[in-house]
Amino acid sequence: MTILIFSGLLFVGALMAGLLGSLTGLGGGVVLIPLLTLLFKVDMHYAIGASLVSVIATSSGAAAAYVRDGISNIRLGMFLEVATTAGAVCGAYLATWLSTSVIAIVFGIVLIISAVLSFVKQDDNLLTGPGSKLTQVLKLNGTYPTPQGKQSYTVKNVIGGFLMMNVAGVLSGLLGIGSGALKVLAMDNIMRTPFKVSTTTSNFMIGVTAAASAGIYLKRGYIDPGLSMPVMLGVLAGAFAGSRILTKVKVSTLKKVFAIVILLLAVEMIYNGVNHKL
Amino acid sequence: MKKIQDQDLERIIGQLLRYGVLLSSMVVLAGGIVYLIRHGGQLPRFGTFRGEPEKMKNPMPMWKAIVNGEGRPLIQFGLLILIATPIARIVFSIFGYLSEKDYLYMLITGIVLAVILWNL
Repeated sequence: MTILIFSGLLFVGALMAGLLGSLTGLGGGVVLIPLLTLLFKVDMHYAIGASLVSVIATSSGAAAAYVRDGISNIRLGMFLEVATTAGAVCGAYLATWLSTSVIAIVFGIVLIISAVLSFVKQDDNLLTGPGSKLTQVLKLNGTYPTPQGKQSYTVKNVIGGFLMMNVAGVLSGLLGIGSGALKVLAMDNIMRTPFKVSTTTSNFMIGVTAAASAGIYLKRGYIDPGLSMPVMLGVLAGAFAGSRILTKVKVSTLKKVFAIVILLLAVEMIYNGVNHKL
Repeated sequence: MKKIQDQDLERIIGQLLRYGVLLSSMVVLAGGIVYLIRHGGQLPRFGTFRGEPEKMKNPMPMWKAIVNGEGRPLIQFGLLILIATPIARIVFSIFGYLSEKDYLYMLITGIVLAVILWNL
């Protein structure tokens, strides 16, 4: 197989990953790394590098729209980015000295958690009121647009959410993914921000978090241009197409199928990691 | 001059992200075309990790290789633009908070920027 055909196939694979990732809300990175390592037999380090680059592209592209619509809580995002960037730097250094087998096993576990979390019912019980002292000092409470006008909400458990974001950051730096599922978990379940605000703010943060580990990846030679080119362009095109057809397709069935695929990939990753095949 | 409001800030941040991604994907695409023309017929070697040469890591050798008409360093340059996009967003926010006289958030944003720049 020549580079031309290989790049073409990679582009198509990345396009599908980006499309499914954006339609199901799980992000393209979760299937990208299994796709690259298991199917295309790409080395784990190169796969992580290409995935990280794609994550920056899709999250920045999507964040542009959400920020403009005023749904993302920018102050909350900025504050939590202290936790995620610090975590991402630690994660990126961890990636350079952990063996690829261990990384594959951790990746498999995170995949399972992400798939399961995507089915946890989000009860959107809105909290209002002034909130804690820390919330007020940091001006974290916000509003978001609804059909009935602006809805205000209160942010809880600032420290708990901050710590969870730190963990999400470490995993993002270690695995080259956005770890959007964990970020949403931190905001939705711990800080109790409305679901729409959690998902869009998480998206807003992913690019900055990934940029923090990108420098380390670049220096270590994880980011290969020949591999990243079709992957980044494919994921971006797929995510863009997904955002266009999102309102026209029924995603609940798709989401179930995708979650099963992810679970199978997770088992495969863990199996290969345990047997030192990755 | 009119004080910059949160909403203006959000609008400008949105535009910055959009154009950054657009510019970087165009550069990556251009580099990709050159790369495929020059190396499309060769065999891919991504199975074992070998690291990357200097021209894929440092801006100066990278630039020399781009001027020489190489495709891969041009792709890498596009990826650098992509990585710089969220960083530019952070820098821009610092000025935004300065104009709002929100010194706490200037500090918070400054910490995030420092963590990123420290590790570039």
